[in-house]
Amino acid sequence: MTATLERPPVTPATRVPARGRLRRNDSAGPLTYVLLCVTAFVFLVPFYYMVVAASRPMAEMNRTPPPLTPGPDLWSNIAKAVESQDIGLALLNSTIVSGVVTASTVLLCTLAGFAFAKLRFRGRSALFAVALGTMMIPPSLGVVPLYALMANLGLAGELSSVILPSLVAAFGVFFMRQYLVQALPDELLDAARVDGATSLRTFVSIVLPIARPGMAVLAMLTFMTAWNDFFWPVITLNSTNPTVQVALNNLGSGYVPDTSVIMAGTLVGTLPVIVVFLLLGRQIVGGIIAGAVKG
Amino acid sequence: MPTVQRPVPGERTAPPGAGTPWRARLFRVEERSAPYAYVAPFFLLFAAFGLFPLVHTAWISLHSYRLGSEMEWLGLENYAWLLSNPAFYNALWKTFTIGVLSTVPQLALALGLAHLLHYRMRGRTFFRVSMIMPYATSVAAAALVFAQLFGRDAGAVNWLLGIVGVDAVDWRNGDWTAQLAISVIVIWRWTGYNALIYLAGMQSISQDLYEAAALDGASRWQQFRHVTLPGLRPTILFTVVVSTIGASQLFGEPLIFGGGKPDGGALGQYQTLGLFMYQQGWTYGSLGRAATVAWVTFLLIIVLVLVNTRIAKRRAT
Repeated sequence: MTATLERPPVTPATRVPARGRLRRNDSAGPLTYVLLCVTAFVFLVPFYYMVVAASRPMAEMNRTPPPLTPGPDLWSNIAKAVESQDIGLALLNSTIVSGVVTASTVLLCTLAGFAFAKLRFRGRSALFAVALGTMMIPPSLGVVPLYALMANLGLAGELSSVILPSLVAAFGVFFMRQYLVQALPDELLDAARVDGATSLRTFVSIVLPIARPGMAVLAMLTFMTAWNDFFWPVITLNSTNPTVQVALNNLGSGYVPDTSVIMAGTLVGTLPVIVVFLLLGRQIVGGIIAGAVKG
Repeated sequence: MPTVQRPVPGERTAPPGAGTPWRARLFRVEERSAPYAYVAPFFLLFAAFGLFPLVHTAWISLHSYRLGSEMEWLGLENYAWLLSNPAFYNALWKTFTIGVLSTVPQLALALGLAHLLHYRMRGRTFFRVSMIMPYATSVAAAALVFAQLFGRDAGAVNWLLGIVGVDAVDWRNGDWTAQLAISVIVIWRWTGYNALIYLAGMQSISQDLYEAAALDGASRWQQFRHVTLPGLRPTILFTVVVSTIGASQLFGEPLIFGGGKPDGGALGQYQTLGLFMYQQGWTYGSLGRAATVAWVTFLLIIVLVLVNTRIAKRRAT
């Protein structure tokens, strides 16, 4: 899913110190908490269901009412899922693809973002407008020629066919530009120039260290997107060399009629993202909000 | 898009530290060409894997093309085939209905949710992270779980409906029920993300406006109507456009909901344009026809975005 294009311009909030009346007006009442708890429950219950179904035999899940607590069969269900689809290989492949894509996207987007934010060159505004415009183009519509291209290059079925089209992202260029416009003081660049540093030197020793927090957020979002990428990998990869999403698609395609095994496989394929979220959820949320505001 | 024009550092001052004229020239060449080198990877990669495939799609759509054989010129034959094919109109209609069923509730819920999240509260991080967990879940995982939840015989949704006395629903085989189930997957995955986008927009609305409205005696609801909504207008437009583009390409949810088959149910009751294209190209091997579907979808997206933007602009004035 490419939910990335020109963000609406918004100016950062000017926080007015709240007075007594406003503060009371501003804090959540009991109804707000109730509604939020219900929503959170609805959003989280499918994850819980996944754990319950993955840890019980299918026969138990088919009872009415269905069991509501996890059972003891998690490992055997996972073992069956791994037997049916090479989930170990899928996890490795997804790690490689997402790792390479993330490293490349973050580096290339920071370079381009730096140029658009702080360097003056002919055609800068026009090129930046073009870069923004590319975000509007739905990538899934070019799959036929892309498929033919990869087949001609002998890359169909290879991880590189998934990696190559994702090496850079317009959203990342935009995100890093917005970050560096604010975070990188012009005085530092002037000083470096006075010292006779080339722009590459400046990039390595001044821009990169300052860009690091923005790069970290971009890295998390990129990794998540790459890990979850579905359409193109399903088309170009096959079941002998799958990513996690391709393996999950195969798992759900009737190779295994056992729904508990399917849920076990889904749990294993989703766990890395869940773990990342439990560790870095606050930063990811902050990154999404920041990306929206800075646009 | 307002591109922020900051003063650019070191404008036209001779670079010191460049002792000899030769080094000075080298320095200037580096300085002049470096920006292009920095933005070049993005444009080259986009040209190769974004622009070229898109344009080439139009060319392929004029041919009969199967993998491993030469392209054969057909002219507009593929388009004639497409426009006289009931399956295409079915897919077009289903894409539209599922799009409306998923986008409208999703954005309305997101707006309400953002409003709730905007209050000062305890457990802020917990609520925000739990709202965004579905967004981090892959299409495949979400669709697999919901396919179970919407099962006819043992699905949890039917069990809950049974408690309130509703007969078991055959979600997958019904027409509207299947579309509804697929829409629920989309709504579940995207509502929290959109809520965060709206929240970001709300946070950037000046507190002064609320204060002024409160002093004028505006109620909570009036503040929401007359301060929050106008302030969010560009954000809402953004989410509408993104959701429209997403809905027009819907693929993974109906594919997995239908057990990996691209026919979208026995009657094609949830076959979207994405599934239709995949079926032509990769089930039947007719890549020329798949390219035709893709190109028509692209043109439709352009029209839809223009219409949406126009409507939103008119609302604004």
